[in-house]
Amino acid sequence: MAPHPVDRPLISAHQLTKQFGDFTAVGGIDFEVRAGEAFGFLGPNGAGKSSTMRMIGCVSPPSAGTLRILGLDPAADGPQIRGRLGVVPQRDTLDEELTVRENILVYGRYFGLPRSVVRERAAELLDFAQLTDRADSIVEPLSGGMKRRLTIARSLVNNPELLLLDEPTTGLDPQARHVLWDRLFRLKRSGVTLVLTTHYMDEAEQLCDRLVVMDGGRIVAEGSPRQLIAEHATREVLELRFPADDHAAYAVKLDGLVPRIEVLPDRLLLYTEDGDTTAKAVHDRGLAPLSVLARRSTLEDVFLHLTGRTLID
Amino acid sequence: MWARAFSYWMASYRRIWRGSLVSGFLNPVLFLAAMGIGLGALVDNGSAGGVQGVTYLTFLAPGILAAQAMQTAVFESTFPVLGAVKWQRQYHAMLAAPLGVPDLVVGHLVFVAMRVAITSTAFLLITVAFGAIGSWWAVLTLPVAVLTGLAFAAPVFALAARQDGPGGFNMLFRFIIMPMFLFSGTFFPVEQLPAALELVAMVTPLWHAVELCRGLALETMTMVPALGHVAYLLLWVGAGLWLALASFRKRLVL
Repeated sequence: MAPHPVDRPLISAHQLTKQFGDFTAVGGIDFEVRAGEAFGFLGPNGAGKSSTMRMIGCVSPPSAGTLRILGLDPAADGPQIRGRLGVVPQRDTLDEELTVRENILVYGRYFGLPRSVVRERAAELLDFAQLTDRADSIVEPLSGGMKRRLTIARSLVNNPELLLLDEPTTGLDPQARHVLWDRLFRLKRSGVTLVLTTHYMDEAEQLCDRLVVMDGGRIVAEGSPRQLIAEHATREVLELRFPADDHAAYAVKLDGLVPRIEVLPDRLLLYTEDGDTTAKAVHDRGLAPLSVLARRSTLEDVFLHLTGRTLID
Repeated sequence: MWARAFSYWMASYRRIWRGSLVSGFLNPVLFLAAMGIGLGALVDNGSAGGVQGVTYLTFLAPGILAAQAMQTAVFESTFPVLGAVKWQRQYHAMLAAPLGVPDLVVGHLVFVAMRVAITSTAFLLITVAFGAIGSWWAVLTLPVAVLTGLAFAAPVFALAARQDGPGGFNMLFRFIIMPMFLFSGTFFPVEQLPAALELVAMVTPLWHAVELCRGLALETMTMVPALGHVAYLLLWVGAGLWLALASFRKRLVL
């Protein structure tokens, strides 16, 4: 396998578009992923994350724009690119009637790896995924977390340079998610480039060096989690609860205090550089909230600010 | 590349081959016993005195051979294909690897052909044991059975890849496969049918398969009709393959 030139990005997309009939799933996006980084697509359901991932995975041809993966064109070199990718799809594609080990063996054969190599590799991967003691169990009764770890182990059978993870921890309990994150950290440390989609902010903050926020098929923000918070939120958020059903009335009374106030049904969010100072200013205006909480801004604040609070179904 | 897809189906088959072997030829053997021996006694001793100059069992056995090839192939091409598209999603796993749509279709079809070859061999051995087939020409019915299987499997692949549930398969079994099984010359010569229906029967691929198998087993087949039957079955394989590739692309490459 030829080493990839360091200066060239591993993935580069220009005006990348995916249309299904009249519906535009991805509306002309630009991004680059560099070797060794963990890159995230963050966005609500229907933002176009999975469509983008499927194009990167060379299973869905772009409708327009250019896409280069490992310096190759998916339209011309799809199979060659896929041979160097690992893919963890949103829905597991395991054969639940085969054993854990057989799933890896069969998958290794898809990449044309000799049986002896796959056998050896399977043992390593089972160890990595902490599934060695379940190696000869049928997949069907395993827990969601185990199945997900198996899917990840399987995706590594061909020693991929680039690992695509579409919502890797959706539907898992907190313990299972942390085990999975730990495994992904190890992969990243060993030099595998990770590209993942998620709608979990904590996941994005934990794993991603850089991310883009997608909404309605477009990229609405780009940067490291820290940069995004700095650009699209303030350093801190002051949460105020008042003894009233209508918090909008209180927002009026606080007008001009901070650059941005958000009214939620049960509280006000004041975006501020210094929560304590702002809390004092609120009291100085003669207001007495039921509760006051000053906290750091999170990616979730950025996310909700950029993509709105309306439920998308 | 298709061999990689085939190797998956083999791995999956290794778990279930004993059960599938028994169920795969038990059914045709029951038909052979009930019809060939039970009903056959009436036919042979009645005014007909056999069919086309042979005992009913001898007449029936090659017909059942062709029909079970059809049934095995159709069964293997319905739920397994839909499952690989929609439920277990094995095809999606293959497409994430370097395999392409033609590899998926060909690899799976070759597996179906192998399944047909296995059940047909088992059935043929039983018919020899029953004394229903005695000619060495009958060995040639094995490739014919595989060809028959493919002539059904390929178009059924195309159909299955477009389904969302088992509804379409029930229609297929009830309104196409079952009538074909009964009326395409398996149990009686199609000349017994009204002229219009006889023509319909002769358009079905199963009739051509039955004619070929029977002609070989009874040593009555001649070259030109044989080539015609083979060509007609190949036509179904080719057209079915083309349709299957289109269906698979439409369903899997979005």
